[in-house]
Amino acid sequence: MPPVAGLCTHTYPNGLTLLVESMPDVRSAAFSLLVPAGSAFDAPASRGAAAVLTDWMLRGAGPLDSRELTTALDNLGLSRSEGAATVHISFSGATLAEKLPEALALYADMLQRPHLPEDEFEPSRVGVEQSLRGLEDEPRQKVMQELKARCYPTPWGLPNEGSLDSITTLTADAVRAHAARCVRPNGAILAIAGYVDAQELIDLVGRLFGDWQTKPDPVIESGPPGPQIDHLPHESTQTQIGVAYHSVPYNHPEYYAAWAAVNVLSGGMSARLFTEVREKRGLCYSVYATTNTLKDQARVLCYAGTTTERAQETLDVLIGELVRLKDGIAPEELARCQARAKSSLIMQQESSTSRASSIARDWYHLGRVTTLAEIRAEIDRLTVPIILEHVHRHPAQDFVVVTMGTSPLEVRRGVL
Amino acid sequence: MEFFEHKLSNGLQIVAERNPHVHSVAVGFYVRAGARDETPEESGVSHFLEHMAFKGTQRHSADDVNRVFDEVGAKYNASTSEETTLFYGAILPEYLPTTLDLLADIIFPSLRDDDFNMEKKVILEEIGMYDDQPGFLVYERAMQAHFKGHPLGQSILGSVDSITALTSAQMRDYHARRYVGGNIICAAAGNFDWPSLKGLVEDLCGHRPSGGGLRSTTIARPTGGLDLLVRPASSQQHLMALCPGPAAAAPQRFAAELLSVIAGDDTGSRMFWELVDPGYVESADLGFHDFDGDGSFLTYLSCNPEDVEDNLERVQGILARLNSGDFTEAELTQAKNKTLSRIVLRSERPMGRLGALGSNWMYRQDYRSVEADLADYQRVTLADLKSLVQQYPLQLTTLASIGPRDSLPTP
Repeated sequence: MPPVAGLCTHTYPNGLTLLVESMPDVRSAAFSLLVPAGSAFDAPASRGAAAVLTDWMLRGAGPLDSRELTTALDNLGLSRSEGAATVHISFSGATLAEKLPEALALYADMLQRPHLPEDEFEPSRVGVEQSLRGLEDEPRQKVMQELKARCYPTPWGLPNEGSLDSITTLTADAVRAHAARCVRPNGAILAIAGYVDAQELIDLVGRLFGDWQTKPDPVIESGPPGPQIDHLPHESTQTQIGVAYHSVPYNHPEYYAAWAAVNVLSGGMSARLFTEVREKRGLCYSVYATTNTLKDQARVLCYAGTTTERAQETLDVLIGELVRLKDGIAPEELARCQARAKSSLIMQQESSTSRASSIARDWYHLGRVTTLAEIRAEIDRLTVPIILEHVHRHPAQDFVVVTMGTSPLEVRRGVL
Repeated sequence: MEFFEHKLSNGLQIVAERNPHVHSVAVGFYVRAGARDETPEESGVSHFLEHMAFKGTQRHSADDVNRVFDEVGAKYNASTSEETTLFYGAILPEYLPTTLDLLADIIFPSLRDDDFNMEKKVILEEIGMYDDQPGFLVYERAMQAHFKGHPLGQSILGSVDSITALTSAQMRDYHARRYVGGNIICAAAGNFDWPSLKGLVEDLCGHRPSGGGLRSTTIARPTGGLDLLVRPASSQQHLMALCPGPAAAAPQRFAAELLSVIAGDDTGSRMFWELVDPGYVESADLGFHDFDGDGSFLTYLSCNPEDVEDNLERVQGILARLNSGDFTEAELTQAKNKTLSRIVLRSERPMGRLGALGSNWMYRQDYRSVEADLADYQRVTLADLKSLVQQYPLQLTTLASIGPRDSLPTP
């Protein structure tokens, strides 16, 4: 019998929360497993520990050695990814629904019974070091990472992989200590969406993860952010520009107004940044703004990449558009944001992977899951005055600007 | 799932797969026009033309185009490859008429001089952007070196010189040659009503010029060798190697895909275990790319510059063992499990089905259901893989590299 569409939440005595969204029209099942052991919990002397740990945990668990474990995951046809983010280390995957229970059993071993074998530490560490080196050849990603590091207090914007310096000196003991201190069920979220039955999963996850022992929540010490205006010399054809300013987080009552404001700037190809910077002036190929939200603080992050001679004009036009938003928004601009949101929400119902990650994110930020109908109502409720009031209360100002290229740019007086 | 097809009198074909259980519909115009169809003087025109489609037509201004797509909440874009320019959108079913009207119109753009000159700047920025990304640039250079003298070696973006010199008259001429009924396929997947879809496309496209059809192809005779671009500031050494593989219409394409998963998938493959897992490289993979009348296996590596020789030796060892027929039944089963699961996951969304539907028709004039593809992958045997590597041995025939190294061994 096909499962009944709907959402179910269950929190186990050890603090792990299971979220299940049953989708009778798909044949797949997807999961998103968030464990509160991300890079923000790295000890200051061991930056990169969470990233190395995520890879190391895959190198053998329960009865399986490294090769057997990867092979078992592959044989389930699991399309998977894993990585350390700021707050969580995350494991996600999707496969045919009938293979999900076997996959969950393997992840239960990884989290509770990882081998963390001594001889596999160095390959894990070197793998993270290699990705840090690779990032040096990806200027578009690099500038946004540098921007985050400068606009949030430490450790909230620091690169999840640490730095080439920290990763070189990282030891297996430091990473084991990170695992012992941070990998825990209290605060962990397992979200599952697809052709699944909620009650069966509540029982299964209880058997697989019920004995996982709670630990005290580690304390994070926060420090000041980096310089507000910065330039990184880089030998390249284009200059990369990153601009950030304050916004409100996902759990804030004004979040949807903030979302709409950013969408007026960058929500589609008719949005302002694309129109003014690219279509009217031909200044760049890629320009965008996006909201980056932590639990209690958020920033709007903007990007543009352009040839060096036109970089100053690009920065000026970009910041000009951010500031101009407070002067007014046309009703048609809002209507387009609402139309795009409506279609995205409906299309989400076709993807078990999108639903699993959305409900996990909701639980982390809000402590509950918003239904698609609730989000739809929030978006329909928006008016131009509501958005403008938000923009006036949280104007685009106090910019953090990071550039990367052959020469620095001038950030005009009056915009800081 | 239900399949429909129809051919207009000008040669334009409609192919559509209806799935009443999904909430949206994806629609795309596949145009048989890519870098391989350009003369040297027009290099980059297919991709530039793709951009110009969004700059307005007789019925829609440039602002209208993006505005209307956004008004209906479309997820839309366009792409250009060596062989195909694709314009597509995914929308809720009620917006199919508006979206089709727009897509069918923009593929016949006005090509006004002012817009052409403004968009030229954006194209030059795009070339600059990719120039700073060695992982992308090494693909372009490997294709150019491997298919030197063959149409598949022609650059998609063109060069700063070719784009700077290109005129709107040349673009109009190219458009008139390639954007004709026989070169255009309108594909749709998802929740739609066939009689109204067919009627709409007839009304919107029936008056467009006829002509075109399948292109004549020849098989490339690559001479191989090394193409090295020295970039002292690059952190890693990036390497891309090509060797011949089966063409898009070849029956061995299923075996070729599974071989690439065994050899170079991003997890659990030979290259994963021998290069990525021990931390010898940042990434290493092997993929199969099929083209009209030709095909390639592509091997990609990025690693510390000083480790290149050791890693190339490891790769050559892997390829030599595969070429000797050293596969196991377990590996083949695993490759099938991964591939079948990916197909099923991708096919759950209309955009995923659109890609398969359009390319099957473009390359093979064939409709293939998900089940038919799954069955063809299931049928592949170890003997098929062995005969494939006998006919198309995996090699580093042509090697392109970008990074700080000023010399490398020739493969």
